[in-house]
Amino acid sequence: MKTHVVDYGRGNIASVCRGVEQSGGEVVLTTRASDLAKAERVILPGVGAFGDCMSQLEALGFVDAVKGFAATGRPLFGICVGMQVLHSIGEEFGRHAGIGFIPGTVSAIPKTTADGQPHKTPHIGWTPLEYPAGKGHERWKGTILEDVEAGTSVYFVHSFTAAPETAAHRLADCHYNGRLISAAVQRDNITGVQFHPEKSGAAGLKIIERFLRM
Amino acid sequence: MSNLRLIARLDVKAPNLIKGIHLEGLRVIGDPNEFARKYYRAGADELIYIDIVASLYERNSLLDIVDKATREVFVPMTVGGGVRSIDDAKKLLRVGADKVAVNTAAVRRPELISEMAERFGAQCVVLSIEAKRTKSGGWEAFTDNGREHTGLDAIEWAKRGASLGAGEILVTSVDQEGTRKGFDVELTRKIVEAVPVPVIASGGMGSIAHMTEVATGAKPDAIAIADMLHYNRATLEDIRAGARAAGLAVRDTTVGAKAA
Repeated sequence: MKTHVVDYGRGNIASVCRGVEQSGGEVVLTTRASDLAKAERVILPGVGAFGDCMSQLEALGFVDAVKGFAATGRPLFGICVGMQVLHSIGEEFGRHAGIGFIPGTVSAIPKTTADGQPHKTPHIGWTPLEYPAGKGHERWKGTILEDVEAGTSVYFVHSFTAAPETAAHRLADCHYNGRLISAAVQRDNITGVQFHPEKSGAAGLKIIERFLRM
Repeated sequence: MSNLRLIARLDVKAPNLIKGIHLEGLRVIGDPNEFARKYYRAGADELIYIDIVASLYERNSLLDIVDKATREVFVPMTVGGGVRSIDDAKKLLRVGADKVAVNTAAVRRPELISEMAERFGAQCVVLSIEAKRTKSGGWEAFTDNGREHTGLDAIEWAKRGASLGAGEILVTSVDQEGTRKGFDVELTRKIVEAVPVPVIASGGMGSIAHMTEVATGAKPDAIAIADMLHYNRATLEDIRAGARAAGLAVRDTTVGAKAA
């Protein structure tokens, strides 16, 4: 189960690679956009600022390569900022175009709780996953979350959060001090998670394993 | 309030896991990664590795230990002790550490905090403060396991560190460390109130009641536990259950992935 992990100089890819290996996958680290043409499945990691990640992906030719790859229908998995850039717009340090698979904007987590109390951002720590509003486990069938129970806590570190425009693209949500956070999105063969499955213990490894079997 | 994170702290004098009292008088406990695996399986929310002799570049150093650990442990890991430069931090991140803790090098050159935050993101940079009570009723920051004075007021230093870009503050009470007499609640509270970033309380946990005391009295974001776990005086499951019984919000580890 070969998995191409995009190495564009942004992010702690060692942990992602180790998570994939632990889950039975074989990692192909790739710094060349042309490699994606023959990839079976692709992980797009990312840490840092949305605009910076996008301009680096653009500079290395990965934006077009990822679009070309996704058009083949093979599985694409964005993690953290790699999930955010799947959306159309990012508002971190200015307004930036994303890759645009998922219509929606990535903006700062509100500086107050839902009750208007100040709270800390980034949102760091373990937070339970929920089904999107009005959905149940059927939404997770056939996706990377198939083996996960609602209420499973996973590890987040982020200051910005995505807001998909189409409810059908929401795969999982969570709440941080009452604020709605898009924890996972999915559209056809494209999936993204805001949290770090590679740092979310056994549940996270199950999620990666499921991706490897897609 | 988000969940209180329960962090297993491993002080290392390579190749051994050690434990001291007031960060001194070290006793060898065993193979750090054996303990790391055990704590991971028992549901630690994170791990902290601190190399107490700062031997980053020696044979079988912390770097090797972390390199092995991150192949088996899939929760966030903070690593520190002897980190002097961007390059040191990069090496640790490259073997799978998630956050890098700095103390001595940041005291000597505070700009290192900003440089690391710019390079790796603030979420990667943990300012580690070893604090000791002073006669005048405050706290002074120390380096080298509580041996070297810095002349810095610990609370002011925490504030400055956060404003320079530290994403988290690890505050270890040298007075309480290894004593099993409880955290320095007042110190923790003052730092929590002073900084806008998460604070990890460390040093002194000897019972589950001590956790409740610091959680309610100081509201840190996380607690670091060493002695209690290393000497098997309580398991992470016991501590988590104790937190729930006391009404503290902690991660629910009973809900998880379904058996495949």
